[in-house]
Amino acid sequence: MNLPAYNKSALVVWKKNLKSFWLIYSQNIMGLLGLGILTFFALMAIFGPYLVSITTLTIDGVTQVMHPPTSNYWLGTDDLGKDVFAGVIIGSRVSLLVGLAATAISMTIGTSIGIISGFYGKFTDTLLMRFTDVFLVIPWLPLMLVMAALLGPSLGNIIFVIGITSWAGTARIIRSQTLSIKERPYVERARAIGSGDGHIMIYHILPNVFPLIFANTVLVAAIAILSETTLSFLGMGDPTQVTWGMMLHFAFSMGAVSFGAWWWLLPPGICVVLVVLSFTFIGYALDEVLNPKLRRRDQ
Amino acid sequence: MAAKELLRVENLKKYYPIKGGFLGRTVNFVKAVDDISFTVNEGETVSLVGESGCGKSTAGRAILHLEKPTAGEVIFEEVNLTTLSRDELRKIRKDMQIVFQDPFASLNPRQTVAQVLEEAMYIQNIVPPEGKRERVLDLLSKVGLAPYQADRYPHEFSGGQRQRIGVARALSLNPRLIICDEAVSALDVSIRAQILNLLKSLQREFHLTYLFISHDLGVVRHISDRIIVMYLGRIMEIADKHSLFDNPRHPYTRALLSAIPVPRPGSKKERIMLEGDVPSAIDPPQGCRFHTRCPYVKDNCRKDVPELRSAETNGGSHLVACHYFEEI
Repeated sequence: MNLPAYNKSALVVWKKNLKSFWLIYSQNIMGLLGLGILTFFALMAIFGPYLVSITTLTIDGVTQVMHPPTSNYWLGTDDLGKDVFAGVIIGSRVSLLVGLAATAISMTIGTSIGIISGFYGKFTDTLLMRFTDVFLVIPWLPLMLVMAALLGPSLGNIIFVIGITSWAGTARIIRSQTLSIKERPYVERARAIGSGDGHIMIYHILPNVFPLIFANTVLVAAIAILSETTLSFLGMGDPTQVTWGMMLHFAFSMGAVSFGAWWWLLPPGICVVLVVLSFTFIGYALDEVLNPKLRRRDQ
Repeated sequence: MAAKELLRVENLKKYYPIKGGFLGRTVNFVKAVDDISFTVNEGETVSLVGESGCGKSTAGRAILHLEKPTAGEVIFEEVNLTTLSRDELRKIRKDMQIVFQDPFASLNPRQTVAQVLEEAMYIQNIVPPEGKRERVLDLLSKVGLAPYQADRYPHEFSGGQRQRIGVARALSLNPRLIICDEAVSALDVSIRAQILNLLKSLQREFHLTYLFISHDLGVVRHISDRIIVMYLGRIMEIADKHSLFDNPRHPYTRALLSAIPVPRPGSKKERIMLEGDVPSAIDPPQGCRFHTRCPYVKDNCRKDVPELRSAETNGGSHLVACHYFEEI
């Protein structure tokens, strides 16, 4: 018998889906803008640090302190004579990395709790959802500050703290979708062939909540990057790492505002705003693609 | 021919609690299936008919233990399913499969046809991994689909094709019993005939036993050997097809049969119009369930619950649950 190659055609189907996805997504100007900005910063985080010399971050003599932008230092220098431009580029890597790692933790916790809670219902649901409510109502900034202060300033701890405080919304959204999916006939059918709970959750529920996870990841990533900046700015970050938040922190505490050193204060701030904005744009665009009801008719 | 018994249902009940009142206590029950008993022999097609809400689908699901029965026993191949542990039940599931009504909702939109069919083989571990692909293509050709369609997603198929996938999926485990829960109700008439004929030919080929749940008497007449008529959670009449259609004994069955449209212009067929609505299954009528709408109701019907009795003098298998079927 002539067997069609299984993997090849599955790949073709996947490509086709991706293509139709892109067709709708590319209609969305907001989404394209967000994707463009994010690509720019991603490339910056990946390749930027190789392009700027690390020596520009070392202290460079008293004469070059708090110097406005020149042809040598495109964005001027800070109070120790370090190049702000190099700082912004090198900081992008850690800022994005922390944001994405924290998002991964947050989505994993949120999705697991959401699916388990929705799938098992009853007592498990009540217990997990009240637990989620606690995380929803606790003001996250004080909680993060307390946890960061207790655990001590290190990158790993920052990632952990942000991840552990931002999953509650995801858990709620995933739970509600799970409640709907678990009642569908194909789940019952899976039971009828003798599937266990784990199999059903992984093969039937997870793939069907995936669009939601996808769209939510982008929004959580924006919050996570903002949280990293906030924590660092408030002095809970790792002082040995260059991140946008740490740059803002030092700029603020060393009096960049009163000195009028806008070249020190503005660039990291603008970068944070742009990255968060790009994630939010992508998030809205995804929402529109994945939720046909939001699509414009004329397209 | 002494047929071998495959499935025996004894006093099966399925009640759904109604939560309400203070602190969500159970205030009452919906008695969806209330004390039904019947047997299904190997190789035959038994239909479960009745109007919407009479509990026929619930009965099917309770038999498969997709919902745990409130009471009663389900004996499949001499194994009492109600006493099995979760794991034992999972193993025995490969012998009893179900085809659902809605071909659009019963397939996972994110699984290809091949994945759908392989899943059951993987879970029950009956086909070695190398043989799966071949078996998938084999199943597809059995139900009249082409091999190149194996890697397509459900939304690329029409309703009839999806139902074929549903049938192939049920077949993938070589089951003994297939419960068809309104399996053709969502299809249009020409496709319906195709699927019914497919089911019949598969039955001959694999020696399958069907429990066919339907509200469509035309379909039932086409496919069944024996018919069980349900009303409001109880069995009203059990008989083989010819006996039931030619000589219905229960007043409800008569009303039901008289509602079959006759495709002949100007044909004057006497229709038995029932008064009122189906009573609520929360608070079903005392005595005979049908007494509120029965044209022949007598005092006794309001008090005593009629048991299934043989309507044949030789004690044959035409059973009727009516106190007075001899007189009416």
